[in-house]
Amino acid sequence: MSLGSMTIDLIRTAVASGATTATAVAEQHYAKIAAEDGPDGKNIHSFLALSKDRALAQAAKIDAMVAKGDALPVLVGVPVGIKDVLTMVGSPATAGSKILQGYMPPYDATVVQRLEAAGAVILGKMNCDEFAMGSSNENSAYGPVLNPWALDRVPGGSSGGSAAAVAAGFCVASLGTDTGGSIRQPAAFCGVVGMLPTYGRISRYGLIAFASSLDRVGPFATNVRDAATMLGVLAGKDVLDATSSERPVGDYVGALEKPVGGLRIGVPAEYFGDGLDPEIRAAIEKAIDGLHASGCEVKQISLPHTKYAIPTYYVIATAEASANLSRFDGVRFGLRAGEAKTLSAMYRETRDQGFGAEVKRRILLGTYALSAGYYDAYYRKAQQVRTLLTRDFLAAFSEVDAIVAPVTPTPAFKLGAKTDDPVQMYLEDIYSVAASLAGICGISVPCGDTAAGLPMGVQVMGRHFDEETMLRVALAIETAQ
Amino acid sequence: MANAAGVTIDEVLRVAELANLDLTSEEVPRMQRDLNAILGHIAELNELDTTGVPAMSQVGEMLGTAAELTGASLRVDAVQPSLNRAAVMASAPESDGRFFKVPKVIER
Repeated sequence: MSLGSMTIDLIRTAVASGATTATAVAEQHYAKIAAEDGPDGKNIHSFLALSKDRALAQAAKIDAMVAKGDALPVLVGVPVGIKDVLTMVGSPATAGSKILQGYMPPYDATVVQRLEAAGAVILGKMNCDEFAMGSSNENSAYGPVLNPWALDRVPGGSSGGSAAAVAAGFCVASLGTDTGGSIRQPAAFCGVVGMLPTYGRISRYGLIAFASSLDRVGPFATNVRDAATMLGVLAGKDVLDATSSERPVGDYVGALEKPVGGLRIGVPAEYFGDGLDPEIRAAIEKAIDGLHASGCEVKQISLPHTKYAIPTYYVIATAEASANLSRFDGVRFGLRAGEAKTLSAMYRETRDQGFGAEVKRRILLGTYALSAGYYDAYYRKAQQVRTLLTRDFLAAFSEVDAIVAPVTPTPAFKLGAKTDDPVQMYLEDIYSVAASLAGICGISVPCGDTAAGLPMGVQVMGRHFDEETMLRVALAIETAQ
Repeated sequence: MANAAGVTIDEVLRVAELANLDLTSEEVPRMQRDLNAILGHIAELNELDTTGVPAMSQVGEMLGTAAELTGASLRVDAVQPSLNRAAVMASAPESDGRFFKVPKVIER
């Protein structure tokens, strides 16, 4: 069996038919991880921890179900990984931060339980930017992830490990989180599919919070059909997450059977400005031409407030982060700084030692934006512009069924290229943050390689809770490649 | 925005205190520089007249549908099993098994 070209359907068929076992599939993937992910191999460093005991127990359970002839769930034996901002009993949860080093969470994230209930085998926890803050995975306190396609380049972030591991064939699918682009951007950089479901579609119970009005969990996969399968497993109301929606879960795989002819595709002028790499522009125009050839009606649209999405995002996300990250204080979990004499000194010393530079920068910015005298000028202003950005999308979706745009302005950049300039790094998210602020769904689909051999991605955005249409368009683009 | 002159060193220190962060002497000027660069970019929001535009704090507010469909519903207020206390306390840096222990809160 050739790893790296595996799909969910191939694994399920092979395990169900007895051609292989879930245990053998897990062992093969662990062997590949051992050979390539560490310093003795390519040092991709996509995993922070392996959960072998739990994975092999789950695989044995699956193999027993197959032996008994039980009905088999949809992800049976499928090896997956989860971003290390999600909790799983038996494995440390670090969020890529020193402040949580050694923390063993006492409960499973709901998405972990859903994956296992669907038969998936969770191989381990994936490297990411500290508290999911970053666009290159260089903010991980445990060292960067390398892009499997070009080892001198970043995999994107913040879910860099989740994207790189699927691209490298270390697992067949994975979970990431996306607050401003952290699934879609690394998917584009690593040549895999990455989906941002609608806000409220997937439970966040067990997700270490960064910015609660924006954070979402979503899947990475090697193809659109697998991403649809993953969404079907993950989506749905969870009583443990009050922000999860009771809206019925769609038949995402079934929706892929419907042809795209007749769908109206919007192409927003604001996403094709001067900063867009010419090779990416050409690849996206080719994808749009393909949709037109498949019978879609292609319309030029405008999302007029797009240029304000980044400044809006960096006020709202940092304000929410400054509140969420106040829980890391050395009292209940993780690191506590040594010999502080008072409680207050212990808080400050713990947070100084435990947080990296980017996390401190964002906590300071968010605290500043919320502080007396600046609240209206920054936080309230940003919330108002968020309304305008969302209205842009609601107006567009009264005329079109899906929007097609770039994911990133450039292909994967070199390690270290943007680490000294936070604003340059933030601008990496220029095509992804607006969908995050508006709460709509989005997906990054591979659309070819640059002349230098780097993957490129195209973004499809859909209406709130209309993942079906978004996935149909994504599949049409994938099929035309 | 409110302060065209930018964030001062004193403001960086005041915000760090509010956020319970001890910054080293090297970190303070670097954070000042970075905050001013980012706030300079954020100042672009002032180009927009947002008079009368409602502030959006949650996505569901914009969708005009029932609260439970947008994830804004409350669960039934009933007693449910909660996390195992021993498992939770085991994660604490310092605990007697029942309580979290911390350094002295009030100097006498």
